[in-house]
Amino acid sequence: MNSFKVQYTIDGEDFSVAGEASRKLKKVLQSLGVDPQIIRKATVAMYEGEINMVIHADGGVIDAEITPEKIHLFLRDKGPGIPDIALAMTEGFSTASDNVRELGFGAGMGLPNMEKYTDYMNITTEIGVGTTIEMIVNTSLS
Amino acid sequence: MKLKKVVELLDANILNDCYSQDTEVLSACGCDLMSDVLAFVKDQALLLTGLVNPQVVRTAEMMDMKAIVFVRGKTPGEEIIDLANEAGIAVLSTQHPLYHSCGVLYSEGLYK
Repeated sequence: MNSFKVQYTIDGEDFSVAGEASRKLKKVLQSLGVDPQIIRKATVAMYEGEINMVIHADGGVIDAEITPEKIHLFLRDKGPGIPDIALAMTEGFSTASDNVRELGFGAGMGLPNMEKYTDYMNITTEIGVGTTIEMIVNTSLS
Repeated sequence: MKLKKVVELLDANILNDCYSQDTEVLSACGCDLMSDVLAFVKDQALLLTGLVNPQVVRTAEMMDMKAIVFVRGKTPGEEIIDLANEAGIAVLSTQHPLYHSCGVLYSEGLYK
């Protein structure tokens, strides 16, 4: 299989549709015959990132590249940026609103979960400009 | 544990067509915090929650969960049922609260 690329635009206006892009990626990975446990790792990591983009950054763009060796995800937003990445990576730390918490998120587990489920994660952020998160999940496609 | 037994133990209502009495669940997660559910790595799991919004179904779908039980008599709307149908996830509802529901299932052998 050659590499397969897909791009998703994340709507930052409507929390109820947050996660749709991750569902779509899951279907793509299933159609490509990726191992279900690898699919779970990649789509949970992307889902947490997608939720973050809606909660904190008014949406953004996610690019996914799937090769026989890996699933490569780039999440780009034009949100406020992350002032302290180490603090943001701390389990339980969150700047989400009470409204978001009532919806079952904003518990400070998003970034830690993303790191947990991926083989590589790198955060590039600039205050007032935006954040890019690159994640890789290694795979083995049939 | 078969879903049929889950329904019996929780006096649950079956809310969509994805229910199959022979579906086997091997573990369960009782939680209203979806990020905690996403940190929970078990196969063929059952989600029990008092939270009612589309993210519950999306979270269960990402985790390849087999069924969702809405506790405390919560009844999901059509949008949530439709999402669950698309994902092939059975949706149940029980009048029992979360703590009680988890306790009953645990004591009957669903303790992972």
